[in-house]
Amino acid sequence: MADSCMIDIRGLDSYYGDRQVLFNIRFGIPRNQITVIMGMSGCGKTTLLRHLIGLKRSPPGQLIVDEEDLGTFDEVKMNGFRRRIGVMFQSGALFNSMTVGENIAVPLKVHTRLSKSTIRIIATIKLHQVGLSEFIDYMPSQLSGGMQKRAGLARSLAMDPEILFVDEPSSGLDPITAAGLDNLILELKDTFGMTIIVVTHELESAFHIADQMIVLDEGRLLSAGAPQDIQASRDVRVVQFLKRQADQKQEDNEAYVKRLVGDRSKRMQ
Amino acid sequence: MLHHIRLIGAIALDGVGSLGRMGIYFSHMLRGIIRPPGKFWPVVKQVEFVGAKSVFVIGFTALTTGMVLALQGHYTLSKFGSESLLGAAVALSLIRELGPVLTGLMVTGRAGSAMCAEIGIMRIDEQIDALECMAIDPHAYLIAPKLIAALIALPLLTAYCDVVGIFGGYLVGVGLFGINPGVYMDSVQRSVEWQDVYMGIVKSLSFAILMIWICTYKGYYTGVDEGNFGPEQVSHATTKAVVLSSICILLCDYVVTSIMT
Repeated sequence: MADSCMIDIRGLDSYYGDRQVLFNIRFGIPRNQITVIMGMSGCGKTTLLRHLIGLKRSPPGQLIVDEEDLGTFDEVKMNGFRRRIGVMFQSGALFNSMTVGENIAVPLKVHTRLSKSTIRIIATIKLHQVGLSEFIDYMPSQLSGGMQKRAGLARSLAMDPEILFVDEPSSGLDPITAAGLDNLILELKDTFGMTIIVVTHELESAFHIADQMIVLDEGRLLSAGAPQDIQASRDVRVVQFLKRQADQKQEDNEAYVKRLVGDRSKRMQ
Repeated sequence: MLHHIRLIGAIALDGVGSLGRMGIYFSHMLRGIIRPPGKFWPVVKQVEFVGAKSVFVIGFTALTTGMVLALQGHYTLSKFGSESLLGAAVALSLIRELGPVLTGLMVTGRAGSAMCAEIGIMRIDEQIDALECMAIDPHAYLIAPKLIAALIALPLLTAYCDVVGIFGGYLVGVGLFGINPGVYMDSVQRSVEWQDVYMGIVKSLSFAILMIWICTYKGYYTGVDEGNFGPEQVSHATTKAVVLSSICILLCDYVVTSIMT
């Protein structure tokens, strides 16, 4: 795992105040492949993603990127790491006061000394990669949800990142647009050899693009491996997740009635 | 009993924690002035927003305030037979006190609330996270241009407010009460000294810093404490920002006046 591992997570625990949300997460993200992080809503996928992109501080020794400990990074080193990554947020996170082209130009203007014309050419190229080259002068509010996501993806590619993080790329999209975005992610891996981490709960999308999958449940690692291994898993929760089976509620009827009666009797006092 | 003590302790800890976070935010805001990216055009844009677009509301406020000051001032001065000092009364009240305070409060209500809402919406839409992930310091990119623009615009707006207010007093004093125009303007010229103008400038700069600090801080941390990022949090943050900024401006006004008088 160590040689081909771009990111190594070694027993990551995460808290919001006193509430623990991730428990001893251990897995490796291989280089030049697509890793999909899956799980139910509230299982900790987004928290894990925030640790991976440095928005949530990781304890020392628990998150290693290219043999460097992310938990010990100061501001300068963290900025150096962030220049190597691109992040596509769930809603695109485009800056509303700028055109699509200006959005893509933001990191280029800040981190490079390229001329305005060169930056515009690069922005056009990035938009062409995501199929939006004719929308360079449009405002984000003039785009559909799917187009905003693609524009957000184009911005995340502006600095030619080594690692790409994609948060819920298919959520809220129709099947055709979602499939288009999936194919785009596959193309990015094949063409540029990017290491891509995708957070999603869309099963079809996940199995279509993943080289490796990780399934989380209530902050714990349930299963990890190739898609066929996940598919063949006999773990009850994994099977339930893959088959989209709802939880069977086993409520004590007596406790339920006591809860109702108890409330009424308090009100009558 | 123990519960109440715990509650007081929790409130005190929260309060101290918030103050500490505001202090750290203030230092990051100042540091952002000297950090990249370049700020010339963002500052120009913000000066237009904070300054140029506030001209009408400040002018209207100043005119009506000057007129009311002249009405009330004439009534009071006439009891002592000192109507000729109306110009001085209006000018000194505006330059030392009302000009900076009214400008600060009006700009807070207009531009401060808009900045808080803008940054709050960026927070809930993950745009600030996006900036951080692009290795761009949000304080340098978003906040510092606003601070520089406010430091430029507020003293200019205060001076404009003073002039328009004195003119408003002139309209009432000369036009309504028949005071000699030369007497009015002469009393203005004789009474106003450099330290009066200096006090107004110091106040306007202080209010600019307070307004930007508090309003952008509230927007930046919208929803962070509640763990809930929605429109309601933006509206709460905006309301708190304007109220807290206004209170701090009034307190700061007292402090500066007592130090400089």
